[in-house]
Amino acid sequence: MSDGLALNWRRIPERYAMKGNHCTNCKQDYFPSRMICPNCRRKGHLVSKDMPRIGKIVSYTKVMVGPSGFENEGNYYLALIDLGSGAKVLSQIVDSDEQDIHIGASVKKMFRKIGEVEEKGAITYGYKFKVVKPLTEDQVEALKEKNKK
Amino acid sequence: MSKLRRVAMIGAGLTKFGEHWNLSFRELGTEAAIKAVENSNIDGKEIEAMYIGCMASGRFVGQEHIGALVADQLGLNPIPSTRVEAACASGGLALRTGYLSIASGEHDIVAVGGIEKMTEVTTAEAGFALGGAGDQETELFHGATFPALYALLAKVHMKQFGTTEEQMAAVSVKNHKNAVHNPIAQFRKEISIEQVMKSGYVATPLKLLDCSPISDGAAAVILAEIGLAKKLCENPVEIIGSTHATDSLALTGRKSLTELNATKVASAQLFHQTGLTPKDIDMAEVHDCFSIAEILAIEDIGFFKKGQGGPATEQGKTALDGEIAINPSGGLKGCGHPVGATGVKQAAEMFQQLRGEAGGRQVKEAEIGLTHNVGGSGATCVMHAFRLMENR
Ligand SMILES: [Zn+2]
Repeated sequence: MSDGLALNWRRIPERYAMKGNHCTNCKQDYFPSRMICPNCRRKGHLVSKDMPRIGKIVSYTKVMVGPSGFENEGNYYLALIDLGSGAKVLSQIVDSDEQDIHIGASVKKMFRKIGEVEEKGAITYGYKFKVVKPLTEDQVEALKEKNKK
Repeated sequence: MSKLRRVAMIGAGLTKFGEHWNLSFRELGTEAAIKAVENSNIDGKEIEAMYIGCMASGRFVGQEHIGALVADQLGLNPIPSTRVEAACASGGLALRTGYLSIASGEHDIVAVGGIEKMTEVTTAEAGFALGGAGDQETELFHGATFPALYALLAKVHMKQFGTTEEQMAAVSVKNHKNAVHNPIAQFRKEISIEQVMKSGYVATPLKLLDCSPISDGAAAVILAEIGLAKKLCENPVEIIGSTHATDSLALTGRKSLTELNATKVASAQLFHQTGLTPKDIDMAEVHDCFSIAEILAIEDIGFFKKGQGGPATEQGKTALDGEIAINPSGGLKGCGHPVGATGVKQAAEMFQQLRGEAGGRQVKEAEIGLTHNVGGSGATCVMHAFRLMENR
């Protein structure tokens, strides 16, 4: 990864808070933010919007050979995640059991180190996702019990 | 196309694809161009303009400004010479640009080249340079490689249509088999399904032998206005259609992950332009940068129904003697994939095939062929259709 310090600074709202935008005309979300709505163009009206922190895996892969900047990462999972209302995001999946990573799995946003800016040694941060497992029946029952008390 | 002038190829030239330790970037381009000029039996002075497809010479060899450079090396200064870039579709787009320059009436004879010299940097550096064909800020930044992006497409295709890893492997096996008969191919060696399956994952479900290699190479063709082409050449090959479509660079922007919309649009326009249907096509060079990409291509162009690309390949329908010969040259997998050169190589293959000059990989009774050149994970698609001219 050799993108510069200024680029990484500029992208902080996008990468830290997943700030995108939303077209009030066609109700579509965009991530990253766009300058015009591609559906509505001049008729569109874009407002800033934090993207949902949860989504569903649309596709995934286990990367065995990473690009430069990721040599020390070992193998890692990348997924296309549907955030609903039209926006998708490509992100690493971390802190999850391999068998839980599948198409349709629910995931939630985490905040993590992403990589290092070549030569300058600056560390870049941003979003990664982890699988959230649906509660088992026992867990649901336990929660119901707890709420009764 | 009605107001456009008709254009034909009158010569083609190729360097060997592979690792060229002894040839530099400029020498590769020059060698292919000289061969194309010799093949078309012109002097070279007749060339009025040049268009050169090249994706990333700056990253690969530290050289930009290659239009003027190659024109100088060929002794063609001061003719206009233009570099054309659309990632891995740079060559196809250079061909289209050259085609349009004649069709529009601006020029009568032009040279079209494609060059890439990828082996002078480390594999990681080459991967980074190629990554620029995707979305740098939202894909590369998160650790996406090109195999990973196509792996994401493959996974959806497998889930939706039951496409198997063995079916994808069959693409590589078939393309290696064709490459055996191609003197310029990087890998003139057959491989087995088992070898592909055991070749180790790069990004699941794609394995090393599902991926086209890193290569050096160049290709060139000479184009002429049809009247001139008939005077200069006994058996020119007419470019009967030329289309170009785009899509989002990032996979996150795609409406569907089971097809490349740029291919759907470019092929629909090509069939509209030419009045042909997929059934009329005898052979095609399609962009098999990864095995899944060939499966997507033969479905999106309409040779096979969506979801049937894998089984069709496994059943031999895309073999040299199958229903439709796909990648008779050996494709990107067998020939190698010097990215900027690939689109021009595809056209050169059609030129040789339609003239019956393809030797052991000759597609029998081939009358109409098409080429399909993709940039990135599908953000650019350039397609052309070709037919041998009756010139007697
Ligand atoms: Zn809108």
